[in-house]
Amino acid sequence: MAVHWHSFFFWLMAIMACGFALAVVFSNNIVRMAFYLILSLGAVSGLFFLAGADFLGAMQLMIYVGGTVVLLVFGVMLTARRPWVDMQTSGGQWVLAAVVGALLLAVLLQTAFSVPPWQSSAAAAGALPPAAEPTAGPLGLAMVGVRVERMADRPAAESSSGLAGYLLPFEIVSVHLVVVLVGAAYLARARRRLSAAAPARPLEEAPQ
Amino acid sequence: MNLLGQPVGLVHYLVVGAVLFACGVVCMAVKRNAVGVLMGIELVLNGANLNFVALGSRFLRADSPLALGLDGQAMALFVIVLAAAEAAVALAIALNYYNTHATIDVDEADQLKG
Amino acid sequence: MVDFLAQYLGSVWLAGTLWALVQVVLVLTVVMISVAFFTWLERKESARIQDRLGPTRVGGRFGWLQPVADGLKLLMKEDLIPAAADRVLFRAAPYVSFCAAFTVFVALPVASGWVALRLDAGVFFVLAVAGLEVLGVVLAGYASGSKWSLFGAMREAAQVVSYEVPLALSAVVPVMVAGSIDPVTIGDLQAGGFWNWLVFHDPFTFAAFFVYFTCAVASVNRAPFDLPEAESELVAGFMTEYSGFRWRVFFMAEYASMLAVSFLLVFLFLGAWHGPLPLVAGVYAVLGIPAGHPLAIFVAQLAGAGVFLVKGYLGVATMIWLRWTLPRLRIDQVMTMCLKYCLPLSAAMFLGAAVWLYAFPAGVTSRLLGPGAAATEAAGSPPAVAGRTALAEGER
Repeated sequence: MAVHWHSFFFWLMAIMACGFALAVVFSNNIVRMAFYLILSLGAVSGLFFLAGADFLGAMQLMIYVGGTVVLLVFGVMLTARRPWVDMQTSGGQWVLAAVVGALLLAVLLQTAFSVPPWQSSAAAAGALPPAAEPTAGPLGLAMVGVRVERMADRPAAESSSGLAGYLLPFEIVSVHLVVVLVGAAYLARARRRLSAAAPARPLEEAPQ
Repeated sequence: MNLLGQPVGLVHYLVVGAVLFACGVVCMAVKRNAVGVLMGIELVLNGANLNFVALGSRFLRADSPLALGLDGQAMALFVIVLAAAEAAVALAIALNYYNTHATIDVDEADQLKG
Repeated sequence: MVDFLAQYLGSVWLAGTLWALVQVVLVLTVVMISVAFFTWLERKESARIQDRLGPTRVGGRFGWLQPVADGLKLLMKEDLIPAAADRVLFRAAPYVSFCAAFTVFVALPVASGWVALRLDAGVFFVLAVAGLEVLGVVLAGYASGSKWSLFGAMREAAQVVSYEVPLALSAVVPVMVAGSIDPVTIGDLQAGGFWNWLVFHDPFTFAAFFVYFTCAVASVNRAPFDLPEAESELVAGFMTEYSGFRWRVFFMAEYASMLAVSFLLVFLFLGAWHGPLPLVAGVYAVLGIPAGHPLAIFVAQLAGAGVFLVKGYLGVATMIWLRWTLPRLRIDQVMTMCLKYCLPLSAAMFLGAAVWLYAFPAGVTSRLLGPGAAATEAAGSPPAVAGRTALAEGER
């Protein structure tokens, strides 16, 4: 019995990702939701590694799990009141949301199964998982504007069409990040309390 | 077991992406805590990212001329960066809301209603 | 290696699985033994700095078995969970930190080609996973059910997350000089004598070395940056409610992450597995051993692994030395240090190193950079681009 390790880890990560995503939906405690989200996003990062995108998997870990979820946890701590579990959704809203979610899932699954070439994989059963090809270098150079992995299959004399990289989106995203940082810092600055009944914040004041 | 002995195809990744997406949508619809809604948004974006990466994966689509290749990973990279930026702004808005209304419940944000 | 085993075992699958298991066990064993060694080293070094002897009873004159005794004692302690604690998260939080700290070693090479998982985004992976420890800290602080734990955890998380930025920026400086984010390539680049080490490549990398070390000490929450852990010398921040084995797991995670940032320091700046002088090559040349012989290569790599481990341990010993020498910084001093000093410094070093590479593309002493880069090194083309192009063309 030769377990195809790629499949084994795929099923493990897929069950973790879907299971903890469902736990996020059904949990009532906001901090536990953050914890389940960490595990779910970590499993998605594992799926990225299994699909051969190791730079992207590391990036998912660094930015999503190490950045965005930390941000969410800080947000939870800063906006928290005792008890942590106090906001329940009514049954009617749950039913409506479940119906919409199930319909959406049905549409997406039907689309996923509709293309026959997608159902099987070219890999041989019982073989070892293939080695990942380098992606960090080509991705980095694509961000600077050169698609090096496409250079191999076109002779140098031909036009350089299709070789343009992602330089403009990269610059736009960089400026976007600066704008977002400034805007978020401005929006979240400390200001006076609106009413005396507001609870004390669990952290020291943010810099003004 | 036959399930573990077979290599997985593209459809498996797309199903996981679809489940994450649907979970995120339900989470956005159902949660009353603003940070909970944000977690739903993160799940949605991750489902979409998984689709991008799977369609661009060399393992799963080695012989198809329609494979996205590195484009899939580049798109997923931009989505990750933009999602982080959007989470920062959304949390700043949530914090602002909490500071002015003393509650994080989105159901209480009904001053513009009617 | 897999092909070698497959000849004896008959099946490629079995050989691959066995080899993966062997690598996992090796990595875990080396890190666990290192962590136990650091427990002993901390007590001995702190004792000597404070002019006393340290452990001298368990296991002979030098107390070698003290970590074993410590571990046994902690295993036998009562398992306490506070009544106000969130049980699931309280139990799970130490293991989140532990997994994050130990996963880092998967991508760290100990010798040329001796790495459990050769990722071509290796340095990035190490930095990413090392930053995940903060999640275990925050969850532990919340799950303890006490506001002091929560405060300590939030401060520690704020400190670690803030210091990640100058840490990554100063780690990117040698990556830019080397032209590759693959740790094996960066290590191979520093062959020869200590004058080839990246720390001596240009003054900006030299300054980046010190900035990196400072940020590394801060990001693993070691003194003088350990205010979140020792706020009033009585409560231990997020670890207040943890006792016995769970506390031990947190400490293992802390020592493992100290070792990880020390290893990263070594192969980014201090020559990875190459000694200060090219002794092995010299010995081979003197004795007439062909350097291409597999056994000769194996012995050379083994020596390299030993050198790498020794350098990493020296880095950790320096961190321990710093802890027991310098006084603790206040939290506002910690954040000032990060945002006003380390961050602009590391950005300036990055810019300076980029300008240096542009001005002196072949290095100041015209040394060769990278396999195959000598042939493609045109005048004015930075060797970094040559290294990256070589990588893009599938050269591994």
